Amino acid sequence: MALLEIENLHTYYGYVHALKGINLTVEEGEIVTLIGANGAGKTTTLRTISGLIRPREGRIVFDGQEIQGMPAHKIVQMGICHAPEGRQIFSTLTVMENLNMGAYTLGGDKETIEENRRRVFDLFPRLEERKNQLGGTLSGGEQQMLTIGRALMSRPRLLMLDEPSLGLAPLLVKTIFEIIKEINQRGVTILLVEQNARAALKIAHRGYVLETGRVVLSGPAQELLQDERVRKAYLGER
Amino acid sequence: MQFLQQLVNGITIGAFYALVALGYTMVYGVLKLINFAHGDLFMWGAYLGLTGLTVALAALGYTTPWAILPVVIFVMTSVALMGVLVERIAYRPLRSAGRLAPVISALGVAFILESLARNVYGASWKTYPQGLTPSGGLVLAGGVRVSLMQIIVLVASFLLMAGLYLFVHRTRVGTAMRAVSLDHDVSRLMGVDVDRIIMIVFLIGPGLGGVAGLIVALYYGSFDFTLGWIFGLKAFIAAILGGIGNIPGAMLGGMLLGIIETLGAGYMSPQWKDVIAYIILILILIFRPTGLLGERVAEKL
Repeated sequence: MALLEIENLHTYYGYVHALKGINLTVEEGEIVTLIGANGAGKTTTLRTISGLIRPREGRIVFDGQEIQGMPAHKIVQMGICHAPEGRQIFSTLTVMENLNMGAYTLGGDKETIEENRRRVFDLFPRLEERKNQLGGTLSGGEQQMLTIGRALMSRPRLLMLDEPSLGLAPLLVKTIFEIIKEINQRGVTILLVEQNARAALKIAHRGYVLETGRVVLSGPAQELLQDERVRKAYLGER
Repeated sequence: MQFLQQLVNGITIGAFYALVALGYTMVYGVLKLINFAHGDLFMWGAYLGLTGLTVALAALGYTTPWAILPVVIFVMTSVALMGVLVERIAYRPLRSAGRLAPVISALGVAFILESLARNVYGASWKTYPQGLTPSGGLVLAGGVRVSLMQIIVLVASFLLMAGLYLFVHRTRVGTAMRAVSLDHDVSRLMGVDVDRIIMIVFLIGPGLGGVAGLIVALYYGSFDFTLGWIFGLKAFIAAILGGIGNIPGAMLGGMLLGIIETLGAGYMSPQWKDVIAYIILILILIFRPTGLLGERVAEKL
């Protein structure tokens, strides 16, 4: 059984029909990427899974349990963590406080929190150097590290990353993707939304291509990288 | 010498403003809503204090300042529960209705609470029982007099504010409160039950405000149902002065407003103190719309 199974998911923003029957699965241990243009429904898919929006129709099954319609804070407790796009850190909280917020669901379990913080600092030594700084004073790359690190603090089974490369310099993009791969190798299943399709497909096991709220193509990442339509539409080749 | 005397009086009044301003600023922080009902919740603290003291003294059969302690707890819990009720009934259903609707709703609640107080307790001035507050005090160098009551007021306010500050900055729930005031959705993604945090804010803000109502009524001895509106508006100015949404700002703004107002009243005439208070508000809005401590850290792009 897959870790995450989505069946016929329909989501609306008011009258706008944003997701028109999405089906997708994520197996334990995989990196699965959702690629597609702006407005294709990638972020909406993540927001629906994490409970920020209620779907109108369809099922989301995580680890054998239906979670559609559950409030977001309960879904986090089940082991899904969503790192939102645009480096949405808490700007007037320190780096340390941001990380503690990531561990909110662990309550007062100081030992586990400390252990998780150690792992995050292992991945991002930069965050340890800046732990007493306010989040808003970090550079763009550091804020992205904090967004990912914060999401890892609850030790999720499924980490959903929304556009982690957005607005970062090419060298940093490379670093971030290497770190995502490493997080996966340490046992975290990853659902990755990206506009940078090439970079995402290179580290992913499988991919789904979204267009205007529908899955138009899916398969192993290597095949998608070779696919003519994907190359033309998303990899900038002619 | 007169200056120092006015300063002492100003700090006392400033402490009242600060306690009430905290309620405005905390609610604004998490909901971006000016809770105009807060002043009237504060006023209910004064009325419930009167009821509580009357009952306590009647039960005891004699007058002692110790009767105030259980009344503090009674006022704090009842006004806190009123605050939570107001949020449930008048604000939560309007959570997604934009910014204007909840403000109108808040004004409505303010009028309801005020009329309710007038209908229940009557429109006449109410006087607290005599002999409850300690008389006496200290005479400092230069003849500056500090009454024992002023010292108690200042110590109590300071303890309440320090406690709140530590709660907001040192605890898990306090940190979540600050996170919610920055972004509801991202806080949800961290596993925070945002509705619960908002409820806690509506327990603490009105709880402190209710106690402030009790302390103010004890300090002045008498009040009527307009207390909430007049005092509430001043405290609201104090919150703006310090930077609304900012907790140390509300404390600073309250103190400053109290001091400036009292100095103005002392050196010019008491009739001018409201003019001074509102001129300050307008000047801040023009020259520093974010208040003294508001928004110093750059937000993300």
